[in-house]
Amino acid sequence: MEDILIYFYTYKEAIFIIVLSIYLGIEVISNVPSVLHTPLMSGANAISGVIIIGGIILVGHSDLSHFSFRLVTGILAILFATLNVAGGFAVTDRMLEMFKKKK
Amino acid sequence: MDTILTTYNGVEFTIGTAILEFSYLLAAILFVYGLKLLSRPETARKGNLWAAVGMVLAMITTLLLHTDSSGSHIKMTNAIVIILTVAVGSVLGLIISKRVKMTAMPQLVSFFNATGGLASALVGLLEFSNPGNESLLVTLLGLIVGSVAFSGSMIAYGKLDGKIGNVSAGFMKYINFLILAGLVILTVYILMQPDPHAVSSLVYILFAAALIYGVLFVLPIGGADMPVVISLLNSLTGIAAALAGFIYNNQAMILGGILVGAAGSILTLLMCKAMNRSLMNVILGGFGGGGTVQGDEGGTIKEISVSDASILLAYSKKVVIVPGYGLAVAQAQHTVHELEKILESKGVSVKYGIHPVAGRMPGHMNVLLAEADVSYDKLVEMDEINKEMETTDVIIIVGANDVVNPSANDHPGSPIYGMPIINAEKAKNVIVMKRGMGKGYAGIENPLFFKDNTRMFFGNAKDSLQKLVNEVNTL
Repeated sequence: MEDILIYFYTYKEAIFIIVLSIYLGIEVISNVPSVLHTPLMSGANAISGVIIIGGIILVGHSDLSHFSFRLVTGILAILFATLNVAGGFAVTDRMLEMFKKKK
Repeated sequence: MDTILTTYNGVEFTIGTAILEFSYLLAAILFVYGLKLLSRPETARKGNLWAAVGMVLAMITTLLLHTDSSGSHIKMTNAIVIILTVAVGSVLGLIISKRVKMTAMPQLVSFFNATGGLASALVGLLEFSNPGNESLLVTLLGLIVGSVAFSGSMIAYGKLDGKIGNVSAGFMKYINFLILAGLVILTVYILMQPDPHAVSSLVYILFAAALIYGVLFVLPIGGADMPVVISLLNSLTGIAAALAGFIYNNQAMILGGILVGAAGSILTLLMCKAMNRSLMNVILGGFGGGGTVQGDEGGTIKEISVSDASILLAYSKKVVIVPGYGLAVAQAQHTVHELEKILESKGVSVKYGIHPVAGRMPGHMNVLLAEADVSYDKLVEMDEINKEMETTDVIIIVGANDVVNPSANDHPGSPIYGMPIINAEKAKNVIVMKRGMGKGYAGIENPLFFKDNTRMFFGNAKDSLQKLVNEVNTL
């Protein structure tokens, strides 16, 4: 019991953020019309590319003076995350462009 | 920028770090705002743009202002390497997203989801061996979730693209369970080591096992369950990014990731609800496999000729088209739109009845028809179109089956009993376009085909629709 309370207290900020953002996520997208299911999913998918920040931090503070596994893998992580971000937002935009109201 | 402002909680911080954190807050707000706008048709495009702005903002400020524990900035050479990588990735991403055909959208969404999951997995893999990393539990969890999202999405991609068939065997359930248990045990074992960083070879085994789990988890899942799986994988990628956010204590990553996780979860549950199945049921695989006694429907199949169908349609007041995966396979979206235009020009009101799980991803039919320039106010959701069924003169079912199967309403023994359907049988006339008398995904007979007011129109959806277009044109 004590352990749980200590854990809760130590990570209270993180726990607050998690709980509130789950609620926020549910609130924000509930009642979305099914017309938008695909674009919403694909747009959200692009946002999950936010892992790119992790990649930038990782490679940003890596030692560039020699070729290392860490460096190569980090660069690959950035590359894949960028694909996710750029491709995801672009394809969502392309889809939504088609949804423009026709007369 | 590097002047120390004050010391807070034992951490010195500078103007730069303060601005960085502030930009993360702004990015997080833009993500939420973007998603909010994305959930309304009028504002969706703007929403997507704002979310993208948030992402670019967070990337730029991280590059300029991020400092490591010793307070040093990202060096110029590192920054150049990062910018070049981002440039290559962006160009590739843009080319792929512009080139790919709209009909390949489910594959593409899965592919981009896979890349995000892989990036999370790689970051987790690298950060584990970083001696300064103290949040090892979230690192490992992020690695596992990211890997499962990656390999699972790649399998989903392969299946949607028709490169991988359905592989299902009863024993796979147990293998999956064993791997899952193995992942948990290995994670606990690694964390209990006196120096977890020293056992990084075990982490590679964990990585490999998670990849295999992702493959085996998606492999047995059938086509019609794809909408559930795709949104589930989408939500996993978000969770993986959020977990990685905890490694860096980065609020933008945490919030962005959890938002996606929550949004994906809701969509997953919506899809499950639209099939009246639990998530467990979908993951554990397949419909119970026939078994049910049907066949009491009997009755005969009645075919309809092109000219009869055309006359029926042209002299109707109200026609509803119910598209299914067959429409996507035949790539008949343009032809169906043509038929709609011709009928409208003859004074017939035409609408589309869209079942939430028609197709292979959430909203698949909407995207497909939008590509053919069908106005989205003609796309009517299931509950709305059901209210209009009694006043519908003709309902045309194009390549759909289970979503209009009346057994779901009145056959308690049927595997799809309880699933909400489009009540096509209530329309005055029903025309079913099908390639043959094959059964739907659930593998059960569809009593709708034997009803008195139902006529079958056999053939490839695109050819059949084209014949109708030509014939109606001559009337």
